[in-house]
Amino acid sequence: MKKFFSSALARGLIWQVVGWALGAAFVTLIRILMGLKPLGIFFFTEPAWVFGGLVGAISFLAASGVISDWFKWAKGEETPEHHHDPDGWEKFINVSLDHKVIGIQYTLTALLLLVIGGIFSLIFRTELASSGLQFLTLQWYNTLMSLHGMVMIIGILLGIAGVINYIVPLLIGAQDMAFPRLNAFSYWLAPPAAVLLLSSLALGGFDTGWTGYPPLSARAPVGMQMFFLGVFVAGWSSILGALNTIATVARMRAKGMTAFRMPIFVWAAIATSIIALTATQLIGLSFQMVMFQRLFGMGFFDPAKGGNPILFQHLFWFYSHPAVYVFILPGLGVISELLPVFVRKPLFGYRWIALSSLGIALVGFLVWAHHMYTSGMNEYLSTPFMYSTLLVAVPTGVKFFSWVATIWKGKISSPIPTAFLFVLGGIVVFLMGGLSGPPNATVATDLQLQDTYWIVGHFHDTLFGGYVLPFFAAIYFWFPKATGRRMNETLGRIHFWLMTPSFIVLTLLMMRIGLLGMRRRIADYDAALGFDTYNLVMTISAFLIALSVLVFFINFFRSMKKGEPATGNVWNSRSPEWQVPSPMPAHNYDQPFEVVGEPYDYGLADSVYVRFAKEK
Amino acid sequence: MRHFVIVGVLVVLVAVLTYVGLNSIGLMPVEASAQSVPIDWLWNLDVRVISFLFALIVVPIAYSLIAFRRKKGDTTDAEHIEGNTPLEITWTVVPLIVVLIFAYLGAYTLAEIRVVDPSAAEIKVRAIQWAWSFQYPEGFTSKELHLPVNKQVVLKMESSDVIHSFWVPEFRIKQDVVPGRITEYRVTPILVGSYMVRCAELCGASHAYMQAPVIVSSQADYDAWIASQKALAAAAAQTPAGRGEQLANTIGCRGCHTIDGSKLVGPSWQGLYGSQVTLSDGTTVTANDAYLIESIANPSIKIVKGFETTTAMPKFDLTDAQIQDLVAYLATLK
Repeated sequence: MKKFFSSALARGLIWQVVGWALGAAFVTLIRILMGLKPLGIFFFTEPAWVFGGLVGAISFLAASGVISDWFKWAKGEETPEHHHDPDGWEKFINVSLDHKVIGIQYTLTALLLLVIGGIFSLIFRTELASSGLQFLTLQWYNTLMSLHGMVMIIGILLGIAGVINYIVPLLIGAQDMAFPRLNAFSYWLAPPAAVLLLSSLALGGFDTGWTGYPPLSARAPVGMQMFFLGVFVAGWSSILGALNTIATVARMRAKGMTAFRMPIFVWAAIATSIIALTATQLIGLSFQMVMFQRLFGMGFFDPAKGGNPILFQHLFWFYSHPAVYVFILPGLGVISELLPVFVRKPLFGYRWIALSSLGIALVGFLVWAHHMYTSGMNEYLSTPFMYSTLLVAVPTGVKFFSWVATIWKGKISSPIPTAFLFVLGGIVVFLMGGLSGPPNATVATDLQLQDTYWIVGHFHDTLFGGYVLPFFAAIYFWFPKATGRRMNETLGRIHFWLMTPSFIVLTLLMMRIGLLGMRRRIADYDAALGFDTYNLVMTISAFLIALSVLVFFINFFRSMKKGEPATGNVWNSRSPEWQVPSPMPAHNYDQPFEVVGEPYDYGLADSVYVRFAKEK
Repeated sequence: MRHFVIVGVLVVLVAVLTYVGLNSIGLMPVEASAQSVPIDWLWNLDVRVISFLFALIVVPIAYSLIAFRRKKGDTTDAEHIEGNTPLEITWTVVPLIVVLIFAYLGAYTLAEIRVVDPSAAEIKVRAIQWAWSFQYPEGFTSKELHLPVNKQVVLKMESSDVIHSFWVPEFRIKQDVVPGRITEYRVTPILVGSYMVRCAELCGASHAYMQAPVIVSSQADYDAWIASQKALAAAAAQTPAGRGEQLANTIGCRGCHTIDGSKLVGPSWQGLYGSQVTLSDGTTVTANDAYLIESIANPSIKIVKGFETTTAMPKFDLTDAQIQDLVAYLATLK
């Protein structure tokens, strides 16, 4: 306990609260001096809460110590090149510069946020189990539904950052990320952002969904501002993390690792980082504009002041559509990375898969207005966006066909390892998400589908297949690398077989009733529509998924201490990180390696991918 | 080769079964508008392609898992197949052609459902948190949308507050209603029946309940309804309470205030007139004319206890006479 209270996390959280109160008190003082109303319905006024929230986030960063090295540099003090982390669990709640520790910090924070977001969904899914309002008020339903979206999104972003941080330097043979302090800073932005986001629960919530469209978001309670602020801070984390990934891959690859000899996951990491680095600003900007509209009366999106509500949607989706590819490209990268290991065959069409990631990333920038076919924007804009949107199907198809060709004639061992089960589940569920996409792309059919439960089913499939299942695959696969122990296979299989079929049932029913008239984001539905049974089955499926996640956590924490020891190349992989013993030492490879072959030449006798330098 | 033949047959079989299965459960609601016909045609094409692609990906994976599974005692790797460029080019170019065809069909269908009949009647639609109202060219306003069958109408839609969306699933079309502009919804009902318009764009607390009946009837029934509504409106306009009731329905008061005592976002109007109201600061006032007039003209001055954190009532642009009418109407709601 003492270790916790002296940790960077505890210091940060305490100072965040203190900074928040001081910032809010400061604004309140100014308001008193100016003769403005000093207090509002949530004690402080809205400007005081917002300014305090910002001060609180900065206080967190200062108190955690993640920026102290930069201050020392500014003062001309020397800092050690390498920080030494403590051995125990407390290194995960203190500032570390080791990319592996940061990767695990990201992953654990992501899992925590995914659990919180999942609990929100269980609460409102229970409410929806039958028609009529059961135990939630309309405002609470809307708040939980809206927070579910954004908490999950930030959880996903952190999970991606976790996998990229842990794996990419190992795959390319680097000692660490290019900018270790910036890397730590990116991670430590996440906890104050999560606190800000969740604080909206205590400040009246908000009722706009994660999209925060004005004018509704310009009228919502103070909780709306905490949502904006939380997303703003988390956005910084994403941008800086992406910058670091690109710099690392560009500058720190092992000798001989040319672009087309990089492990395929690195390609996915690059594609996703390009999007995160260049598009995240737009969601921060659009939310900031609504924030300023509320605080300073700037009428960006207020028609009464000459503003345009549809402008917001353009700005918002310019990030938020490419963001979907930020979520799924690393997951698809994990699928491509793990497939050859388990089928013992080369990755079919490596170059095509690598370039298709970039293709998806680039086309993804040109499709945002397909979220706006019914918005009232000029109809002539719809057609070009329909063409660009459908084009995404081409590189995505290349991935699917190449995966099928990789699996074809592959020698898969029995029983199927859990990590590979999740890869296969990911392919099937992502296929369902992908195939339910084109009808949304063509304007005519989208006029029926837009804003219905069909869309909810569609994007849950893409995110579950493109992110959640591959994320679990990655955890089962690289767990031995991080801990030197394996996760339990039986519990893993129970996890998979509870989660995936339940999820498929859940989303198929979502799509089914969406077509028949179930709108998205509604707290209640008309019993006359006959959706009660469907919704009940969906709620039961949701609880089965929750149960499977519980099994996963039991497995995760139990295996850390009691798992079967696995210090060698458990998967018989060609990848460099498995050529050295697990768990990985603090500064990765003792000897640098040189790339001398192709990464996935399984089945080719005497071929090697990397060769380590001789012991000195 | 044998494997390819078996898989080919299975793909076709699974594709057909998937399509027949999906089709037999009835995916879409009834087609109640001329616009729904081309939309469903394109949708049907989508379902066929979806069924085929689903089979094309899933069947070879499943077959591989079974047919090529590692034999007991075998520790060797599988065959070293790195790729096949002609194959990669094929599965890039063929899908490219398919999506271009779909994009063309999408545009073509869109043009078909946007065809303008210059003689289409125009009905004004107003959306407000959380109610719809329909203003007919015959000079009355209704809470129900009545439409004649087989005639194109164009709805000119305006929002008083936030973004709403007009959606009747049986018509297949959806159009947002955006504050500060007028959006158009052009539809030709082809099936007599009663449907519901439900708001499809999250618009705040009571979004789930923002709905209104849409009734498609024969021309004769429609004309009769128009005539009766005109007569009712003329009669109501004679008394202050009648005018107040009409106004309350038109401007959307009932989206937040019920007349049966149940609580929505705002206090119910049943028995409100003359009652004792506790305000957020703890004081009590009598809901007399003066209080009601003040609360309609300036809703944010006095807030009823228990309604502090719900969405604030907007200020409506009403004349003094209109406010008097509304108060007269409230007085009738015992």
